[in-house]
Amino acid sequence: MTLTALCLLATETAEATGGPSMQLALLLTVFVLAVFVGFEVITKIPPTLHTPLMSGSNAISGITLVGALLSALAGDPTMVKILGTLAVILATMNVVGGFLVTHRMLGMFRKKD
Amino acid sequence: MSPVWVELSYLIVIVLFIMGLKGLTHPRTAVRGNLTGALAMLLACVFTLLGTELFDWTLIAVGVGVGALAGGILAVTIQMTAMPQLVALFNGFGGLASVFVAGAYLAKLLSSAGASNLGADLLVATAASGLIGGVTFTGSLVAFAKLQELKFIKDVRFPGQQALNAGLFLACVVLALLIVRQPGHANLYYWLMVMVSLVLGVFLVISIGGADMPVVIALLNSYSGLAAAATGFVLSNVLLIVAGSLVGASGLILTKIMCVAMNRSLTNVLFAKLQPAKGSGPSADEVYANVKATSPEEVAMLLDVAGRVVIVPGYGMAVAQAQHAVKDLTNYLREKGVTVEFGIHPVAGRMPGHMNVLLAEADIPYDLLIEMDQINPTFEQTDVVIVVGANDVVNPVAQTDPNSPIAGMPILEVHKARTVVNIKRSLSPGFAGIPNPLFAADNSLMLYADARQALIDILKALREG
Repeated sequence: MTLTALCLLATETAEATGGPSMQLALLLTVFVLAVFVGFEVITKIPPTLHTPLMSGSNAISGITLVGALLSALAGDPTMVKILGTLAVILATMNVVGGFLVTHRMLGMFRKKD
Repeated sequence: MSPVWVELSYLIVIVLFIMGLKGLTHPRTAVRGNLTGALAMLLACVFTLLGTELFDWTLIAVGVGVGALAGGILAVTIQMTAMPQLVALFNGFGGLASVFVAGAYLAKLLSSAGASNLGADLLVATAASGLIGGVTFTGSLVAFAKLQELKFIKDVRFPGQQALNAGLFLACVVLALLIVRQPGHANLYYWLMVMVSLVLGVFLVISIGGADMPVVIALLNSYSGLAAAATGFVLSNVLLIVAGSLVGASGLILTKIMCVAMNRSLTNVLFAKLQPAKGSGPSADEVYANVKATSPEEVAMLLDVAGRVVIVPGYGMAVAQAQHAVKDLTNYLREKGVTVEFGIHPVAGRMPGHMNVLLAEADIPYDLLIEMDQINPTFEQTDVVIVVGANDVVNPVAQTDPNSPIAGMPILEVHKARTVVNIKRSLSPGFAGIPNPLFAADNSLMLYADARQALIDILKALREG
């Protein structure tokens, strides 16, 4: 059912635009390659590092911050500015909190060496 | 900087992110890896801010200031036992940020470029960003509430739940179609779709039991990455796409590791199929007919003559804040020449690797923490196993009763040791809700007490005896 829905969406999209753009094709390529890089980079990981990896990668997912910064420019409508600022707050929390707590955790592992 | 230079500088950031993630997978390089990731994030923001001069600096200063302060305080003050909740919360924030960014961008384009100039690519990406971000946000909040054991939240299961979820998902798809077909009203449809996805996130996670939380957290981690990647498609920003998909992949790998550790398929976890097999299996009263209780003094006598001791910590140890008492006992025994090791089940605790963090916090050397596969063959040569607040992960039923809800789940085979001491407040069942015949085994003793107090009493008895 999910597949049917997605196919429907894809067809509708194609109809509306006369096919996907060149740029979309490039971005999709980058996306798929990056997923593979992710799988390759994190193949073998000791259980000790499961939690730090999760909170560290969680902080990286705060990269939305870049999008948030770009979304509220001078001269934009108020609505856009409000949404942009909220996004900046949330993403910064994610980034700063994520990297900091990961560092704190890893410090606990390190002091026995 | 011109756009080309911004793009090229993003390439440096991407390389740093990959190196950082790689570093996080090895104990020696983990600290450097994390710092590399943080540096990459800082550079990403700096390069972005250098890219145009149109920023509303007040808004950015306020946003970054408030966010950094709040995130920093949370990160510094959080108890290690509450790590899973914090990660869930941060995941949720990331998801919601994606919803807002996509929404803001859509509103901006509608007011500047006009509805007819919006490509379908962009609209589809916006819809995906809102959908994944919305589900991640409320899903993470529900996971947070469950982990925090807030009273109002319960495992909710009702007939037709999966049909409802499917219906909600279809509603999202229909609204996404409307966004694409009628860009003039895209704003309205977008926020309607976000509303539905918020409801969907709640229902997807609310039925999932506490034992499956490690899987859920890992999966939501993956979603938050995918939400960022979807936002990257909205903004045509390669950096967001790459960083988001790296996180998406790492979250999926951890999800898979957790599923394997519980011998459950992902669909099985997501659709909450774990239910006690009705009728089959003995009741708690039958199983626990011959349970032997013990005292701290008796345990001390056992430990006094033991050559090899294995401690198996469960989440109960963390709840009782018994890590430091565990460490004191470990140190005493090791000074006496006893071999002490820890058997760590992959899903012990409430998120992947949680138990390792808790024991590391208590200064227990991590070379004493042994993985399940390595420690299992050693139980036959072990004199005393002390199970501290663990239940399902040491339940031999997983290996003996194919009809049991936990059948096939890899367990720590503590029942093969000479003596097993179970420190537990009562015989209440674990997450899986089934009795544990280990507690009634011939070589098994129950020490009914708060884990921390029990360990302190055992150590006291050892010192006096």
